[in-house]
Amino acid sequence: MSTQNMTNGEVDVYLDYDEAISGYDPVIGLETHVELGTKSKMWCGCSTNFGADSNTQVCPVCLGLPGSMPVVNRAAVESTIRIGLALNCTIADWCRFARKNYFYPDMPKDYQISQYDEPLCFDGYLDVTVETPDGPQVVRVEIERVHMEEDTGKLTHAGGATGRIHGADYSLVDYNRAGIPLIEIVTKPVTGTGRLAPEVARAYVTELRNVIIALGVSDARMEEGSMRCDVNLSIAKPGAEWGTRSETKNVNSLRSVERAVRSEIERQASVLNNGGRIIQETRHFHEDTGRSTSGRSKEQAEDYRYFPEPDLVPVAPSREWVEELRATMPEMPAVKRARLQAEWNINEFELQSLANAGAIELVEATIAAGVDSAAARKWWTGELLRVANDTGVELESLSVTPDDIKQVEALIAAGSLNDKLARQVFDGLINGEGTVDEVVTKRGLAVVSDDGALLAAIDEALAAAPDVAEKIKSGKIQAAGAIVGAVMKTTRGQADAAKVRTLLLERLGVSE
Amino acid sequence: MNDLTRQSAAVLADAIASKEVTAVEVAQAHLDRIAAVDGKVHAFLHVTTDSALEQARAVDAKVAAGTPLGALAGVPLGLKDVLAMKGEPTTAGSRILEGWRPPYDSTVVARLRAADIVILGKTNMDEFAMGSSTEHSAYGPTHNPWDLDRIPGGSGGGSAAALAAFEAPLAIGTDTGGSIRQPASVTGTVGVKPTYGGVSRYGQIALASSLDQPGPCARSVLDTALLHAAIAGHDPRDSTSINAAVPDVVAAAKKADVRGMRIGVVTELMGEGYQSGVSQRYSESLDILRELGAEIVEVSCPHFEYALGAYYLILPSEASSNLARFDGMRYGLRAGDDGKNSVEQVMAITREAGFGPEVKRRIMLGTYALSSGYYDAYYGQAQKVRTLITRDFNAAFEKADVLVSPTAPTTAFKLGEKLDDPLAMYLNDVATIPVNLAGIGAMSLPIGLAPEDGLPVGMQIMAPAMADDRLYLAGGALEAALIDKWGHLLIEEAPSL
Repeated sequence: MSTQNMTNGEVDVYLDYDEAISGYDPVIGLETHVELGTKSKMWCGCSTNFGADSNTQVCPVCLGLPGSMPVVNRAAVESTIRIGLALNCTIADWCRFARKNYFYPDMPKDYQISQYDEPLCFDGYLDVTVETPDGPQVVRVEIERVHMEEDTGKLTHAGGATGRIHGADYSLVDYNRAGIPLIEIVTKPVTGTGRLAPEVARAYVTELRNVIIALGVSDARMEEGSMRCDVNLSIAKPGAEWGTRSETKNVNSLRSVERAVRSEIERQASVLNNGGRIIQETRHFHEDTGRSTSGRSKEQAEDYRYFPEPDLVPVAPSREWVEELRATMPEMPAVKRARLQAEWNINEFELQSLANAGAIELVEATIAAGVDSAAARKWWTGELLRVANDTGVELESLSVTPDDIKQVEALIAAGSLNDKLARQVFDGLINGEGTVDEVVTKRGLAVVSDDGALLAAIDEALAAAPDVAEKIKSGKIQAAGAIVGAVMKTTRGQADAAKVRTLLLERLGVSE
Repeated sequence: MNDLTRQSAAVLADAIASKEVTAVEVAQAHLDRIAAVDGKVHAFLHVTTDSALEQARAVDAKVAAGTPLGALAGVPLGLKDVLAMKGEPTTAGSRILEGWRPPYDSTVVARLRAADIVILGKTNMDEFAMGSSTEHSAYGPTHNPWDLDRIPGGSGGGSAAALAAFEAPLAIGTDTGGSIRQPASVTGTVGVKPTYGGVSRYGQIALASSLDQPGPCARSVLDTALLHAAIAGHDPRDSTSINAAVPDVVAAAKKADVRGMRIGVVTELMGEGYQSGVSQRYSESLDILRELGAEIVEVSCPHFEYALGAYYLILPSEASSNLARFDGMRYGLRAGDDGKNSVEQVMAITREAGFGPEVKRRIMLGTYALSSGYYDAYYGQAQKVRTLITRDFNAAFEKADVLVSPTAPTTAFKLGEKLDDPLAMYLNDVATIPVNLAGIGAMSLPIGLAPEDGLPVGMQIMAPAMADDRLYLAGGALEAALIDKWGHLLIEEAPSL
């Protein structure tokens, strides 16, 4: 292998994944931060709205001004308990906040109020499904803890070329984000996943995000940072003691979770195979290269001098409250998926496509409006998804409602629209041309059902292609398609193709 | 009305409400007194002349209009500089906060305003309330009005001295290990540390959050009770504040009765280490209480000997974290920002320049005590001692309704005497610290002058948590008996300056 730097564990050339994983067993651990969607911050009444002018959503408490004191946001505790319940955790009946002490300008108090050895929720699990060559496999990811803390302010480094602190002329701090409720979900070490580790990691974060969204406690947008994931990973020879782990940050999409795990397995195996050693460090993942670079070393562990937060009383959720919250839990995504598969008679892959399209709720609503499930799925994942993708908007933001689909389907059933015309109706709806009826009227969309008009068009088409007409008469019925196509063209799609075909064959005296 | 500065708060409030004097006259008399004597005493760091007179005029307007008045309308007060007051300098006695004007009122200040109390200014204190002499103020020491060469106690020496120098009839202190009671003791005034959570800490610049407690200071037990009632009560902004009715301290101060009360003498807080004149006055006061109908019993609190050690682990630990925010980034002093130094360097240079030696000493102690690998041995162990001390109190309160001790082992010592000997300074709080560790309430009230130096001696009365009224019941009775004996409050014997 070419040059390498043994002191920082970097290698220039990575083994490919198959080679890397063949000699080692990976252990992964995932720490996920989720910004809760509460109206107010964790310790004060300031708004949590995203995108306000810098330092406008602040007060003495979230600015950490001398003398100010925090008060716990009950809604944030409630959301955390609900997450804990969804992840099958035990809910502590008594726990405290703790101060994590370190100096940094984005932290107004120079300590973060977090939880240390007494998390609100602990010892849970989340089952996730990964695809393997032998079919779907369920992996149970154990949850170590779910705890509450506060977000920091946001630093902007100005004047430098990179936007990083190194080389910047000065830095600006926006404390609007300071004090926004944050929960951290930490898995226990996930072992035994072997070569599936990247897929398991992705499946876990995906399913966790599904759960968070189903609970309605956060929008969990990884791109906007309201959900962030750190990947801990070590590898070791099979049967050997666990290796030294690295922590990869800046993993900002579900896809990146998988890529980061894969890349880190490749890097660590490359380093070890070259006789190097893995150092305990924080690494930064780069979306563009799919690789990570070394951040600060954690060899000398930072001492956060945790101690119980004396400005806050312990959180002691009553068992009645916990049971009340348990009773209001929504259907969990995995349960719902199983139900929908059965109800709609589709396989996991088809359901996943619907989920990926963000169409599940829309399809459910459409079925609830009275549309057949196949038709509902056909419209949302077909024409409508295509338009949404083309225009770069979410499916749910298209101005088409489940009720619109019901009306269109009724018109098709009545024979006054066909699929092609229906697409034009949707186009009109999306363009804001009015209701289904209005679009049909304005655009003059109606199936031509007058036999006379169709026969005239058929005669015209036959006259234009006498050779085709002869072929059909001689029994080559498959040639009829050309004539039908021509008729559809002259009627601008407003004909029922099947009917045209029937009339054409009658006209020529041919039977199928 | 004769010399307005020598009146009690109760008398002034009545006189203002009944239009005998105006609030402006009362405020002006005190501002004049401050102008005349504070050059010698240095009780105030900042006199809020304009806002005080404006407040006084507002009170007079209310009196004229017949609008309902707050409880102590027009009575002037000195506010310890550790409490945030909107728009006025608030330094906590430190250079690092020089020039900072809070954009908000502490809850105590908000309640003082609601009571129509006129705030005269911010009183001097040991930097961040760390000290027992006010010598650790970054702005120079306060002098004891009884003897200007002596300390006024600390950390609230400014508030106590302002009372003893007749610059204000009321003052606010904060008490983390005795910072209200020990200054009261050495200046011949009254001070109460309420039950932890009895008065909101919101807006008090934190020293040690689990020990800090704001409280009332005055020259008489009744005035102290009136101020106590004005500032106490639940505050949703302080989650450690008690959500329950405040005991009726004013009624207790007026009732002033110890008949049938069991008063426990804490055997660990007397004898060796206590100045002879302190012990003498203390013993005489126990006799008076007995004569008044109290039953004097002895109680033992064996774990009190560990209180000082536990305190000097818990306090620095919490302080090291509470004081982290003074980093030069957002407010107050910023030093070393030359465009070349890193953020960490600017923080370090600012803290080096802005904190005094005692503050640095305690930050280092606390940082060490909380460090990984030492936490269990120090902070963890100290918390266990705290539990044992609370149990000692619980056991003692089985035998007695209130407990008593001398407030401080000595009378006021000389300025500079203990400045280079932190341990000797810390020992001054040996009798007051257990109260903070247990979170209960306690009062110091004057019980005479030590024969050997002619300086005031204070007695500490301690009551169970949430029973602050007992402090006033006992303190009021003892004070009344002493007035009978002397013909006046002890403070009347203070030099006129």
